[in-house]
Amino acid sequence: MLKILKNLAPYKWFVAAVVLLIFGQSMADLFLPTLMADIIDNGVVKGNIPYIWEIGGWMLLISALGAVAAICASFYSSKAAMGMGRDLRRKVFSHVEKFSLQEFDEVGTASLITRTTNDITQIQQVVIMLLRMVISAPIMLTGGLIMAISKDAKLSLVIVAAMPVLVGAILLILKKGVPLFQEVQKRLDRLNLVLRENLTGIRVVRAFNRETEEKARLQKANRDLTDVSIRVNKIMAFMMPIMMLVMNLTVVGIIWFGGIRIDNGGMQIGDLMAYIQYVMMIMFALVMASMMFMMVPRAAVSAKRINEVLEMKPAFQDLGNKIADRERGTLEFDNVTFSYPGAEEPALSNISFKAKPGEITAIIGGTGSGKSTLINLIPRFYDISEGAIRVNGVDIRQATQDEVRSKLGFVPQKAILFTGSIADNIRFGKPDATPAELEHAASIAQATEFISGLKEGYETELEQGGSNLSGGQKQRLAIARALVRKPDIYIFDDSFSALDFKTDAKLRKALKDETKDATVLLVAQRVSTVVDADRIIVLEKGRMAGMGTHEELMKNNEVYREIAYSQLSEEEIA
Amino acid sequence: MSNGKRPQGRPGGGHPGGPPGMSMPGEKPKNFKATFKRLLRYLKPRQNRLIAVFIAAILSTVFMIVGPKIMGMAITELFEGAYNKLTGTGTGIDFGTIGQILMLLAGLYVFSSLFNYIQQYIMSTVAQDTVYDLRQDVNKKLEKLPLHYFDSRPNGEILSRMTNDIDTIGSTLQQSLTQFITSVVTLVGIIIMMLTISPWLTLIAFVSLPLSLFVIQPILKRSQKQFANQQKSLGELNGHIEEMYTGHSVVKAFGHEKKAVAQFDEVNEELYEAGRRAQFISGIIQPLMTLIGNFSYVVISVVGGILVTQRAISIGDIQAFITYSKQFAQPIMQTANIANIIQSTVAAAERVFELLDEEEEKKESTALHLERAKGEVVFENVDFGYGEDLLIEDMNIQVAPGQTVAIVGPTGAGKTTLINLLMRFYELNGGKIEIDGLDTRDMSRNELRQNFGMVLQDTWLFNGTIRDNIAYGKNGATEEEIVAAADAAHADHFIRTLPDGYDTVLNEEASNISQGQKQLLTIARAILADPPIMILDEATSSVDTRTEIFIQKAMNRLMEGRTSFVIAHRLSTIKDADLILVMDKGNVIEQGTHTELLEQDGFYADLYNSQFAEKVAI
Repeated sequence: MLKILKNLAPYKWFVAAVVLLIFGQSMADLFLPTLMADIIDNGVVKGNIPYIWEIGGWMLLISALGAVAAICASFYSSKAAMGMGRDLRRKVFSHVEKFSLQEFDEVGTASLITRTTNDITQIQQVVIMLLRMVISAPIMLTGGLIMAISKDAKLSLVIVAAMPVLVGAILLILKKGVPLFQEVQKRLDRLNLVLRENLTGIRVVRAFNRETEEKARLQKANRDLTDVSIRVNKIMAFMMPIMMLVMNLTVVGIIWFGGIRIDNGGMQIGDLMAYIQYVMMIMFALVMASMMFMMVPRAAVSAKRINEVLEMKPAFQDLGNKIADRERGTLEFDNVTFSYPGAEEPALSNISFKAKPGEITAIIGGTGSGKSTLINLIPRFYDISEGAIRVNGVDIRQATQDEVRSKLGFVPQKAILFTGSIADNIRFGKPDATPAELEHAASIAQATEFISGLKEGYETELEQGGSNLSGGQKQRLAIARALVRKPDIYIFDDSFSALDFKTDAKLRKALKDETKDATVLLVAQRVSTVVDADRIIVLEKGRMAGMGTHEELMKNNEVYREIAYSQLSEEEIA
Repeated sequence: MSNGKRPQGRPGGGHPGGPPGMSMPGEKPKNFKATFKRLLRYLKPRQNRLIAVFIAAILSTVFMIVGPKIMGMAITELFEGAYNKLTGTGTGIDFGTIGQILMLLAGLYVFSSLFNYIQQYIMSTVAQDTVYDLRQDVNKKLEKLPLHYFDSRPNGEILSRMTNDIDTIGSTLQQSLTQFITSVVTLVGIIIMMLTISPWLTLIAFVSLPLSLFVIQPILKRSQKQFANQQKSLGELNGHIEEMYTGHSVVKAFGHEKKAVAQFDEVNEELYEAGRRAQFISGIIQPLMTLIGNFSYVVISVVGGILVTQRAISIGDIQAFITYSKQFAQPIMQTANIANIIQSTVAAAERVFELLDEEEEKKESTALHLERAKGEVVFENVDFGYGEDLLIEDMNIQVAPGQTVAIVGPTGAGKTTLINLLMRFYELNGGKIEIDGLDTRDMSRNELRQNFGMVLQDTWLFNGTIRDNIAYGKNGATEEEIVAAADAAHADHFIRTLPDGYDTVLNEEASNISQGQKQLLTIARAILADPPIMILDEATSSVDTRTEIFIQKAMNRLMEGRTSFVIAHRLSTIKDADLILVMDKGNVIEQGTHTELLEQDGFYADLYNSQFAEKVAI
């Protein structure tokens, strides 16, 4: 938590101003009861109306000053708190942008999202509360105490007696309540889990006729949650009444003892009334301070989660500086071995091949054989363990990641598109692409037809994730996005799966001309789509089980033949 | 959420109020009145307790309101005693009377707190029990909803209605409802008390009311606008973060990190600006309220001073009056706030009720009974479509007991539909499906489904022990049966290698066992259930060869002696099948045995020849 609060450092002057202003405001607040006492003692009691006006004027002035201080404090505190939130968000986001896929795998995308959004908002909220209320608590507490004691030291014994009772009661309630709150959260999670299981497994539940049992399971989770919620609420029900009771009884005590003081002539009636105000301020400050104990543990959990992300170092550095232009349009794997961190066995071992311009290299293999892993190594999403990968004849570790990636046209398995227009999405591949270039890329990707069919053409706005397009349309845009860069190496990770047969064929034909000077790497599920490849690499369990043309492999490669035989039912023909 | 509550300051005691809770512009329910009434009906069974809560709340508030007045009496007594002593006309302060008054005051406060506690204590059971009932109703509704409901919307949305929305209702019941009552009672009580002290002073206090409304209203409006802006920017930012994180590989591949950060900065800056303003404006309200309060305090002091000198009012009454006038604004603010909260609560309730009102599965007829089918399955002139358009038209299939039916075709082009129809997850638009000659619509769904087993590619296991997960297939399965099923599914060995064996608890994502192992468990589950008809998906994903062989063997074992519908991925399965259904775009376009279909020289033959025979021949 403290570590996170260090992010307030750039705003230390704002925070200082807030402290100062709140100090001023507290002073004003503290001064007012004294003035009120004067009004009563010297004005109201004596019937001195001009005096009331005079002191009243002062009161208004001081309270106006207090209000101005409070408003300024609010100005600076919102600046500091929101500024810190902004900085923290930026810090986390730009840090995460540096992560390789390895870190994403480790934390999980969903978790990273919550950490960047909810957790930071949570922290921000707490900082606002801190700056707004908690800072004033100690000031009001000390100030109120000083004022009260200066008014009447002996009477302050009442406060001394009441304070521990109040603080003790609050802490006791919190001590009982907080663990129960955690239990509530746990049982709520449990209920959510059972509900989610019921939703995702609805077919299984019904197929096995387990509706009754599932209902009972839900009911139990519901009952458990309800029980503990009732318990926690019953404990929290003590909070307000006890706080009010202690405060009010303190006031009663003060009137009693204050009366004795007045009777002795040690105090005036106005002072007593002012005194009551001070006691209220003190008690209220104590309540505020106790609230800290509620807020901080919650924020601490968020802070920990954010720190975990910030402390995570990208697994490898971007240290290269060479230009990748030695042999354009070539890709070479030189005895590459790769293990996922913590894995016992390498995901890929001893992969070697070289692809030259104008060639098509296909990779085929069963699910889990390492096809996508192989592809993910080229843009250096992961760092290889042994061997070397050369793009345009240059080891990818010796060039910057940006340099390497700028040579690649990458089409992922799942067509990921972004909010924005269709043109924006294609331009994602080349920010300064001309309209002619956009159209050219779209036409090769066989996207022209459907784009021109849209009302707004290239300017059609996509919804988040491109959900207003069909799978095939998304895939074609993802292909156009890669084509528009005119890269030296094309990488297609099973990227034609959502296309119908006719489009698929047209696209392949158009691609051939486009990729004359480049090399093409193609991950495929289906044998039929790789028949024409110059080189087919057969992967099995991370190893190369063979390499050659379709005919060669059909003749002498058992694994390839098996794949070919088994695939009939997966064929997709329009 | 029920634990998101914080003790809310109630007016009383004359302390400066807490921060004014800023209300977001709440979402508006479509039909406030009807939904509200329906929500009240949930409270009906707890009517008596609720009445007790209200009485306790009113008593607690009334006692609290009377407090300052009594305190004023004590102070007057003090003052007069001291004054008389000073002027030498009396014997000094009458501590007997003051003692009595203070005892009374202390008693009032004790009772007020006591009733306050009683009110909150009872309300916690009222609120939570109501929420319990509501959740229970939703849970019961779950089993009655047709699958169509679940398929047509994201799980997240359904889940949110069941959890977040119900939680909102719960916390409103817990806090806001009684707060509303106490606020109203406080307001009325204070006005009455003020009037009894001095109508003139009350008039002055009332003058400050429009003043504060006049000042606060525009600020409140702007603040709401800024909060809405903040919410909007936050939504935008979160959307951007989500998009960039989920598309991380693409962002990296195209070197867009810098642009992503730049775009992020832009929205982040907007959020900062909107958030800063919203916070600032909401921070203004409290000081302004205090200022106005102090203003009316001075005026009351002046007028009060005049009245006191005329002996028209006692000094204690002035003290009491000041306390009242300070508490005056708070219940007004609170009521406005709560009105907002209640509105969004009713909107949440509306969403829950929407779910409860969804159309239920067609009532089942139980005219016929099917104990254990022999396994004959007949589709007769079946018409079916998910929407208006028919996906399947006039489909006819005949499957004899024990036969294997291979389903062939593009993935996703019919397997779910077929399961949906066979197991009657969806209703037919026309025609009928018969099992052993009995129309499936004339028997209960339970009886029908008892005759089916299902092993799909996406395994569904729940957070429990492996034993419980296998036992899911059969009610009251014995340990021997479970182990035998696991053994038959080639799962016994790997289960025993786990540290806790059959007692190993699968975690939430069931990520503590591999995908293939999960599949073996679902097969064991189906073997234990021992249904006469099986639906199988041969596809295995992310499975090593050894496990794959196990799965294959286990599936073959499962198909023995049963009518089986297999979503086929292996040539051997297809060739050996008694019937091949060639599916495309949801419909069965050809059917027959391998040889028959080849002779037909249609789609299947094309598929087979072009993709296999030729190339194999090369």
